[in-house]
Amino acid sequence: MIAFFIKRLVTALLVVLTVSAMTFSMTFLTGDPAIAVAGENATQADIVRIREYYGYDRPIPVQFMSWLGRAAQGDFGQSLYLNQPVSIEIFARLKTTMTLGLSALIFALVLAIPLGVVAAIRPNSLLDRFALTVAVVGQAMPSFWFALTMMLWFGINWRILPVSGTDTWAHFVMPSIALGYFITPGVMRLTRAGMLEVLRSDYIRTARAKGASGFSILFKHALRNAIIPVVSLAAVQFGFMLGGSIVIETIFAVNGLGFLAWESIQRADLPMMQAIVLVLSVFYIMLTFLADVLNAWLDPRIRIS
Amino acid sequence: MTTPVSTSAHTSPSKQVLRQALNHRGVLFGAFVVFAIIFIAIFAPMLAPHDPYEQILSRKLIPPVWFDSPKTTWDHILGTDHLGRDYLSRLIYGARISLMIGFSAMLISGVIGTTLGVCAGYFGGRVDNVINFVITTRLSMPVVLVALAVVSLMGSSLTVVIWVLGLLIWDRFAVVMRSATQQVRGLDFVASAEALGSTTRRILFVEVLPNILNHFIVIATLEMAHAILLEAALSFLGLGVQPPDPSWGLMISEAKGLMFFDGWLIAIPGTALFLLILAINLLGDGIRDVTAPENRN
Repeated sequence: MIAFFIKRLVTALLVVLTVSAMTFSMTFLTGDPAIAVAGENATQADIVRIREYYGYDRPIPVQFMSWLGRAAQGDFGQSLYLNQPVSIEIFARLKTTMTLGLSALIFALVLAIPLGVVAAIRPNSLLDRFALTVAVVGQAMPSFWFALTMMLWFGINWRILPVSGTDTWAHFVMPSIALGYFITPGVMRLTRAGMLEVLRSDYIRTARAKGASGFSILFKHALRNAIIPVVSLAAVQFGFMLGGSIVIETIFAVNGLGFLAWESIQRADLPMMQAIVLVLSVFYIMLTFLADVLNAWLDPRIRIS
Repeated sequence: MTTPVSTSAHTSPSKQVLRQALNHRGVLFGAFVVFAIIFIAIFAPMLAPHDPYEQILSRKLIPPVWFDSPKTTWDHILGTDHLGRDYLSRLIYGARISLMIGFSAMLISGVIGTTLGVCAGYFGGRVDNVINFVITTRLSMPVVLVALAVVSLMGSSLTVVIWVLGLLIWDRFAVVMRSATQQVRGLDFVASAEALGSTTRRILFVEVLPNILNHFIVIATLEMAHAILLEAALSFLGLGVQPPDPSWGLMISEAKGLMFFDGWLIAIPGTALFLLILAINLLGDGIRDVTAPENRN
């Protein structure tokens, strides 16, 4: 277990390093970053001054190491637009995105797991078909269109829910559904497959034979084992959702990291964009690392192979 | 054994697959819609009733014909947008952009992902470790965010969008092709080709690739749908296809401000997008059911 843990940790750290290098290289995507920062009406003297001020005149490996060293301490530099450290703004917005991501995840799990279980108990029944339809439709629905359509009905026509902002919990209902709906198909299919497999296994037959109640078999014996792969899928999908929340946050004006990313893209605020990409990537790497470790702990077969 | 020979023993495997496909409702529906949209895209200039770029401001925001409004006219079956452009014509030309971006991005990511996946699966060992690492790294970067950032830095154009998407979404190809290659690699005909002294290149191209083609087709359809959805999201956020070009995502974006008064403005391109993605996904799922049912879920 310790060997597995260390091996997995080293890989995670290497991935963080590679992702950092790729994020850093965005600076040079447009050619000379000093010209990009200076803007259209800058003189040659301005460009030279900016190049020295931001240290773009140093060798690239040196720039990378100093950027990485400061980023590791939580210092992502100055925002080009807001004129304050990038990290302050990011941590201020992180909470909103986490709230949105978690409520979207809870919505998705609450919808997907019962549907998956029911579909597995009665394969090919009407309910199974219904669950499958939900999955197929969910995968084909563009999230931004779904969000706008919900806004139109619940926000404007029926006036049940607020359409933008983050003032109350009600503001989070539509964004969470729009963000969470997209991952329900995957979770549902995995729950269904896991339950189908477990329900066929010998120990379920044993439990039935000894006279355990249907309820106890389903929830105590079957679901607990079938849910293991769902846990790691949920972790991975949670990471994806945070990265994908940019579309939903923009639509509902949810003042989180995604919205900040979109604003920064509009303002060509490169240090802010880089920091957001890096923070979300590192968060995803941490999530998958934790899920892997948890899985290895729950299932000894993984850590041996 | 004296069991009666079943009829399927006489027909070739490919004919069997074709027969199964023709009985599969998902495949039939998916193929029908996809081919219809491809047909519409190819013959767009002949099918579109108007020039999709022509603005007639005196004829703006005419509702579709099924609306109860004095403005409706059969000249604009799906109405006109906020600049008086014919909505049906823009929808028809928009199909071209969706399909072109989806197909090109899928090809780029397919080549990258298949190369990585086949190498990892065939050579194993250190090659496999390195490629696995590359896949993990790619997965940890948020696609939409990176695509938006890169497109905004490079300046958005069709070519940039296609390449950025193609370079980002190869992960599923790599993962699936890797495990498919691992399966094929252990089979007897690969071992016999090795024993006969075939070159590695010959084994990869003649023995391995044709046998994982069905997996490629399945992932290709799913990734094409993925690319189309991403393009629509990018265009919706203003960083994909640029106006005045018609893209379904951009049409929804342009109608965003007006949707509270004219909901059909977002309903029409949204439905088109939904139908196309649904059809491609059903086709892909169906092909998987027919050719490799063991890989479901």
